[in-house]
Amino acid sequence: MLKTITCICCPKGCLVTLDTENPEETAKGFNCPQGKEYAIGELTHPMRTISSTVEIKGGLHPRIPVKTNGNIPKEKIFEVMDEINKISVESPVKCGDILLEDVLGTGVNIVACRNM
Amino acid sequence: MYYDLVVVGGGPAGLAAAEEAKKNGAGSVLIIERDKELGGILNQCIHSGFGLHVFKEQLSGPEYAQRFIDRLEGTGIEVKTDTMVLGITPEKSVYAISAAEGYMKIDAGAIVLAMGCRERTRGAIAIPGERPSGIFTAGAAQKYINMDGYMVGKKVLILGSGDIGLIMARRMTLEGAEVKAVVELMPYSNGLKRNIAQCLDDYGIPLYLSHTVTDIKGENGRLSKVIVSKVNGYDPIPGTEIEFDVDTLLLSVGLVPENELSRSAGVVLDKRTNGAIVDETMMTSIPGIFACGNVLHVHDLVDFVTHESERAGKAAAEYLKAQRENAETTEAEAPIELHNGDFIGYTVPQKVTVSKVDKFIEVLFRVRAVLNNATVVVKAGDKVLMSKKHEQMLPAEMEKLIIPKKMLEMAEGKDIEIAVVKEGEE
Repeated sequence: MLKTITCICCPKGCLVTLDTENPEETAKGFNCPQGKEYAIGELTHPMRTISSTVEIKGGLHPRIPVKTNGNIPKEKIFEVMDEINKISVESPVKCGDILLEDVLGTGVNIVACRNM
Repeated sequence: MYYDLVVVGGGPAGLAAAEEAKKNGAGSVLIIERDKELGGILNQCIHSGFGLHVFKEQLSGPEYAQRFIDRLEGTGIEVKTDTMVLGITPEKSVYAISAAEGYMKIDAGAIVLAMGCRERTRGAIAIPGERPSGIFTAGAAQKYINMDGYMVGKKVLILGSGDIGLIMARRMTLEGAEVKAVVELMPYSNGLKRNIAQCLDDYGIPLYLSHTVTDIKGENGRLSKVIVSKVNGYDPIPGTEIEFDVDTLLLSVGLVPENELSRSAGVVLDKRTNGAIVDETMMTSIPGIFACGNVLHVHDLVDFVTHESERAGKAAAEYLKAQRENAETTEAEAPIELHNGDFIGYTVPQKVTVSKVDKFIEVLFRVRAVLNNATVVVKAGDKVLMSKKHEQMLPAEMEKLIIPKKMLEMAEGKDIEIAVVKEGEE
């Protein structure tokens, strides 16, 4: 079956079409290797990064932004959100500090996105 | 108080302009920011996708800002936060006020305007209906959720498919709200394709194109219902009403450069961009006053704001150097203008002094319609200077055109027109 996938790797948003039977050979419409890789990944194991905020005590604001420092399986997004929402930290925090290691065994960490 | 350069606004534009000016020998540099910290709108844009051009990696907004803030250290650039600029004069005096220092008059050798933009509101687009609580601009809701930690509602409709609307659809969903739909007046989305994919499609949120909000109803003071109708052009079609039971309506209906200060200084503005008219160095109609970032024209990508602002900062430093050396400025010829031809919404810059161009100029522009397989043509009178084919151009996506100095010289002092020619019409 022919599928069209919008690549999310950069703002260009290439429309990659590929045959689900033979994605490797049929993929076209991408402008860089990431587009092909992303589209093929979408067929078998869609992955995403997510951003959110967690509570911080003693900081300039009551929340500090965080993100997954790598891709997590798309179907685990809401479970990871639940884990993120359990985090509470105290100021000072540095941009890049790991606030939760290996979230849900994905091998991905939740890291702070700024100093506060 | 005197500074060689005063930068008004400490968001991505102001940060990049200040840094680049200092690097190029601007002397004393002051950034004035009205918020309590630097970073501007990036601080609330916690999603990823910033920095691919500038840092070659995907960063969240706060991370992008943090890199620029960290780089200020040791440069000698001074910062006044929590400080509001009240007015700017054509003689480059800046009037400002803060709780810490009171009322200040700061004289400047040069000024960079980097105040950014603000959101259009319900009033600006005249949505009919009742006036209950629960109606927010998307950026305001983003700040309440991401910075202050307040959830703004549970059942949400979003009007406008610009990037902020799309990003907020995902953000509200992740925080447990039910986003019923995104509604867009135009027959096409105004957001990036990837944001339709990763913010709407990923979560099964429908997008209603050629639809708009035609009525708003409240119950006990809170929003309870939004009525959406299909449109023919801009006119709602009777009988097409859809009712949405929601407690929250987010408006992502456009951004307007915030130019009150530019006006107070007498800077000439462009009706098309709502920003200053600038030359290839980002200098406004007042010598020594420069503008960059969203106060000049609304950008899609912060990376382009950074590039543009670096250019403004460097030009400000060069202007200051010329003033210091009291250099006999060789009489430059009058600048030529860049005119909009067919399908072009605007260009930045709007004028160019050809003899002062180094190797090329970078022209940013937007088209006014969805154009497939069309050619951008640069002309001086009847003479075609250059043309470039594009597979697709969208009003939502800013386009960039490099015009080499050679081509500009070929115009022989005539104004230049940039136009789009559709396939088969050449």
